[in-house]
Amino acid sequence: MKIDVKKVAKLANLKLSEEEEAKYSEQLSKILEYIDKLNEVDTSDVEPTYNVTGLSNVMRPDEVGDCTISSAEATKNGSQVKDGYFVTKGVFEE
Amino acid sequence: MKDITKLTLTETLKALENKEFTEEQLNENYLSRIDTLNSKLNIFLETKKNNSGIPAAIKDIISTQNIKTTGGSKILSTYIPPYNATVIDRLLEHNISVIGKTNLDEFAMGSSGENSAYGPVKNPWSTSKVSGGTSSGSAAAVAADCCVFSLGTDTGGSIRQPASLCGVVGFKPSYGRVSRYGAIAITSSTDQIGPITKSVADARLVLSWIEGEDGMDSNCGYTPGVSTQIHTRSGIKGVRVGVPKEYFSEGLDLKVKEVIETAIKKLEELGARIVEISLPHTEYAIAAYYIINPSEISANFARFDGIRFGGKREEFGDEVKRRIMLGTFALSSGYYDAYFTKAARVRTLIKQDFEKAFEKVDVIVGPVSPTVAWNFGEKADPLTMYLSDAYTIPASLAGLPGLSVPCGFVGGLPVGLQILGKYMDDETVLNVGEVYENATDWRMEKPKL
Repeated sequence: MKIDVKKVAKLANLKLSEEEEAKYSEQLSKILEYIDKLNEVDTSDVEPTYNVTGLSNVMRPDEVGDCTISSAEATKNGSQVKDGYFVTKGVFEE
Repeated sequence: MKDITKLTLTETLKALENKEFTEEQLNENYLSRIDTLNSKLNIFLETKKNNSGIPAAIKDIISTQNIKTTGGSKILSTYIPPYNATVIDRLLEHNISVIGKTNLDEFAMGSSGENSAYGPVKNPWSTSKVSGGTSSGSAAAVAADCCVFSLGTDTGGSIRQPASLCGVVGFKPSYGRVSRYGAIAITSSTDQIGPITKSVADARLVLSWIEGEDGMDSNCGYTPGVSTQIHTRSGIKGVRVGVPKEYFSEGLDLKVKEVIETAIKKLEELGARIVEISLPHTEYAIAAYYIINPSEISANFARFDGIRFGGKREEFGDEVKRRIMLGTFALSSGYYDAYFTKAARVRTLIKQDFEKAFEKVDVIVGPVSPTVAWNFGEKADPLTMYLSDAYTIPASLAGLPGLSVPCGFVGGLPVGLQILGKYMDDETVLNVGEVYENATDWRMEKPKL
């Protein structure tokens, strides 16, 4: 399986140098070649397992708990913060 | 006075109770040992001076309030969590203090410790060898007596394998037994936090402190004390020990094989009944894992946007980028069924292999790692590195509890015996491990540092 690294990197929001593209293309193709081993297994009557606990849609009441922290604490690791908010790139205008 | 830093957690607690030394002396002794050894072994990314509490080392992927938590990555080089992981709060309630944050493969991706952005951890038994990974520093810290015990995380073997390569006890609890709240999520369907300790009794004690639901991890619904257990059994007479032939085939170093076979004979002498079993889908586990693990990583790592915390995505290391891309590919339109769903179906077969085996046996034993610790740079090819986790990955995919307990040496380097148990029957695994440990003295061996 040949992997289109350029396209995948774009989907994954990773900027790669040309050198990296070549390197990862080779490495990932080799890994996928190994993974093709899975096609030896007949899974036509087998259900997939995504989670071993069997739990699904575990909910708790939507209440304010005692783990709440202040907005100053919550934003202290932000790269750019203004008036207690994270600064992000504009979404609607370029 | 006793050599304080050699004591197990259980012995330390007893000595403190008997006032043989103070908590302050305890902390001083460990800190001075770290001062001497850390520059040589690169175990700690951050240390903290405390005057009280029992010093534990914490893998730097577990959030500690007001103590830098990097995940072994450049992208979090300045990240200071505003809250504690549940396991940290629970340890603090038991008078445990954090003596330091331990080095690891970047975001727990790797098998040797070499993927850390902060340089690799060196194996205390031989500094030219890797420590294993990804809980590299947590295993080395216990082996080098730089803490009383440590916490690691295990996604595909990351507690058991470095514990094996560093000659200490490492325990991965059943999936869902311990809350992951506050641990950086890697592969949410297999990640589990567990103890690395100087004895099996210590692992049991630490587990009892950290396990049980907290309402913050939807997959942790475990209530302590309700599992099926053979906890009070004094020996292992009559316990059925399964030996899977697939764990002893090609790829296993012959000298490691000999050590493991001797350990199995010991279990037989102690009264266990050895049963040959088969786990026929073992050979597909790595292939399935390297679809499931990168897929979940690609989703979990979308949170690194450089806005709320952390730097830019360019700061991810090679292995992290590789896995994000592999997962993005496996989940992308047109490939999802052929890769992700296929791997999830094979996962079912791997899980069923274990379920069938456990109809006949109480535990399964074998090697943790096909070899002892290897040289730095020896497995530079990513796929070669992936293949070294052949014996730990299947149990991770099935969510089973797994223990590594020291069982001998090859060329001066430690070998760990892996003991796997039924889902949520962690007690039987610990019990068999403890009986074996008490009947041998491998854990008394210490690296010359």
